[in-house]
Amino acid sequence: MDRSDKKKSPEQRAVDRSRRKFLVNTGYALGGIVVGGALGTLIGRKPAAKPAPANPREAGQAAPANYNRALMFFNQEQFRIVESATERIFPEDENNPGAKSLGVAFFIDHQLAGEWGFNGRDYMSPPFYTGEKEQGYQGRLKRREIFEIGLREMDNFSMTRYEKSFVELTGEQQDEVLKAFESDEVKLTTISAGGFFKMLRSGTLEGAYSDPLYGGNLDMNGWRMRGYPGNQMSFTAIIDKEFTEIEPASLQDHLVSH
Amino acid sequence: MAKTLPKTDVVIVGVGWAGGIIASELTKSGLNVVGLERGKERKTEDYFMVHDELRYALRYELMQDLSKETITFRSNEKIRALPMRQYGSFLIGDGLGGAGVHWNGQTYRFLPYDFEIRSKTVEKYGKGKIPAEMTIQDWGITYDELEPYYDKFETMAGISGEENPLGGKRSNPYPTPPMKKTPAMQMFAEAAGRLKLNPYMVPSANLSENYTNPDGISRAACQYCGYCERFGCEYGAKADPVVTVIPVANKTGNFQIRTHSNVRRIMHKGGKATGVLYTDVTTGEEIVQPADIVVVTSYVFNNVRLLLLSELGRPYDPATGRGVIGRNYAYQVIKGSAIGFFEKQQFNNFAGAGALGVSLDDYNGDNFDHSELNFIHGGVVSLGQTGARPIQNNPVPSGTAAWGPEFKTKSLHYANRALSIGTQGASMAYKHHFLDLDPVYKDVYGDSLMRITFDFEQQDREMSKFLAERCSEIMKEMGADKVDYLKELGPYEIMTYQSTHNTGGVMMGSEPDASAVNTYSQMWDADNVFVVGASSFPQNAGYNPTSTVGALAYRAAEGILKYKDKGGLLV
Repeated sequence: MDRSDKKKSPEQRAVDRSRRKFLVNTGYALGGIVVGGALGTLIGRKPAAKPAPANPREAGQAAPANYNRALMFFNQEQFRIVESATERIFPEDENNPGAKSLGVAFFIDHQLAGEWGFNGRDYMSPPFYTGEKEQGYQGRLKRREIFEIGLREMDNFSMTRYEKSFVELTGEQQDEVLKAFESDEVKLTTISAGGFFKMLRSGTLEGAYSDPLYGGNLDMNGWRMRGYPGNQMSFTAIIDKEFTEIEPASLQDHLVSH
Repeated sequence: MAKTLPKTDVVIVGVGWAGGIIASELTKSGLNVVGLERGKERKTEDYFMVHDELRYALRYELMQDLSKETITFRSNEKIRALPMRQYGSFLIGDGLGGAGVHWNGQTYRFLPYDFEIRSKTVEKYGKGKIPAEMTIQDWGITYDELEPYYDKFETMAGISGEENPLGGKRSNPYPTPPMKKTPAMQMFAEAAGRLKLNPYMVPSANLSENYTNPDGISRAACQYCGYCERFGCEYGAKADPVVTVIPVANKTGNFQIRTHSNVRRIMHKGGKATGVLYTDVTTGEEIVQPADIVVVTSYVFNNVRLLLLSELGRPYDPATGRGVIGRNYAYQVIKGSAIGFFEKQQFNNFAGAGALGVSLDDYNGDNFDHSELNFIHGGVVSLGQTGARPIQNNPVPSGTAAWGPEFKTKSLHYANRALSIGTQGASMAYKHHFLDLDPVYKDVYGDSLMRITFDFEQQDREMSKFLAERCSEIMKEMGADKVDYLKELGPYEIMTYQSTHNTGGVMMGSEPDASAVNTYSQMWDADNVFVVGASSFPQNAGYNPTSTVGALAYRAAEGILKYKDKGGLLV
């Protein structure tokens, strides 16, 4: 770690920061992050897809390409179900973005592709027995397998009840499907419907609020809407003060400034 | 055939707070010490990207890899114990510094009552106050006897604080002044004052100002960044073994740390340890490290497990109540809490420090009359401001939908408008709460996992209800528009994070019949083995345990030096 920066005065850090902003705004390459003049032909995966909203700090300019916006695990159909379902869990409203525009489905996709999806650091050794509910998850399936099964079953349930796939349902109908899973009204032999819903819900909050480096919380808008300033090196100046709004900073901001 | 290394004076199993303190004290006195640590090396520079809630708090970056080793759990002996497959109730640390890296830094001393709980309870309320199955014991050491060691720990770590009006006597003030007081903490302190309670600033290992300790270790003041518990400190402002005692031991030239070294057996013969057997986890090689003295300082579970796997000491038998290794497992009862929602005021909830808060002990220990109550003890009541990170902190008033537009609107609205008051409820020991080896499940080396048999008791249900009501009274007095608080504790479950304050299993006492170690943490059954940590608590107090673990480690170090000199049982 570069210790020298910590010794800089707040003013000096502010100067560094605005210099950084200048570099970002003018589109100069900076740590491989901003590609000069790159245009936002971002998510061409389907015509209906909305491009990622431009960073408000760069109003009037096209957002740089976000190469993080591709799929590592889901197929398109699975991705669309996750995008619709998480949007119902954490919907856009007149003031604030929802799960879809925050990139939550990309976040979940990327997580399932890695260690978390493989339950890499969980105890997955046999024997497997059905336990008491106080004993927690005792299944042999990994998270990625649970998602595959859960998404398929959501679609099956939608077809049975409404004769349409999940993504074609109205918002209210999608809520009904989600509620049927949440309450375990849907009985599945392989996985717990309620357990799957819990993963979907916790994945939604993780995707909305984790550092943007993981693919969600686009442009830190998840943090911005709740007054969370993200990665800040010090709150000494405001800790004993009344509520203070602070423009969020990300881990990327931290990396490029050190 | 395992390779055998040259003998050392002392081998330490697990280099966290207890191991680090003992290494530092012994190497300063000239002993040669080998520290075996199953995890990797850790240093302050590792935390450059530490403000990452997902990686550290949700994906458990600093915790033990459960795919290699976990524990099994059952509520009682009639149920088949099953493995804790994912993290929940508690988080087991890993790597150099151990759980001392990812702690919050709340550094309370236990109350004088805690050390003499059985005799003081009987003295005041009569024998009938303690249910037959409750196996609480005096520690064999009093607060006053342990006080100098508390003082040593606090001076080394630079604890910031002010005197607790209801605490035990102190020989010295805290080495640094208390941390800053936030508006929410101010409101709590004022409300408590109006209710005639006795608030004080939480004793904190997050430094309130720059500090140099007697070993010459200098550390910087806390920046209130809001990332302590589950995280390492990028400033070294939070006292942890890596930035305090381990460098002191290293500097002597007498300390050799071997990381990636997982100790699997204590070798012993005729009531004396001869050394330890460990696996180099990077090569799989088995290695014997002979030593004159073996010091076991891993986390509670592995302290107990290592003794049982090594067949050292007398295993506890819950049917007869005989034996000691695995006896008196206890925990922390933390659900007795209240949350307040404030419509007209917002707080800097995102900022904070692990040990930033105001506490009171009016409902802890025997500081209040229990004659009409169906429980003993209690817990510290605190309003803490530890940094409300956004994935894990989404408080909404009871009755709010768990998802959808209502949840979203309200969770955003209350993100900086909710405060909570919590308690660290004491956890009593019972005949049927214990640790033993699981008969079925194994770790990655084929060794049996630790099995926990534990549930909440009537005592816990009554106590947490009582504490939640007190929290709610204070929150109302603070002016909250709505207050929610715990109404019913429910059974113990392994999925929800509660507290990493597991205790017992190698309990301390004055008699070999009813304890595993004496008050120097020396094993009655093998006088050259010292087992140090919260494993020696006979039951758990109404506070965070680290300060007491630190004090016991300083006392154990003193005992080891005496033993090296004269040999034999020290008590």
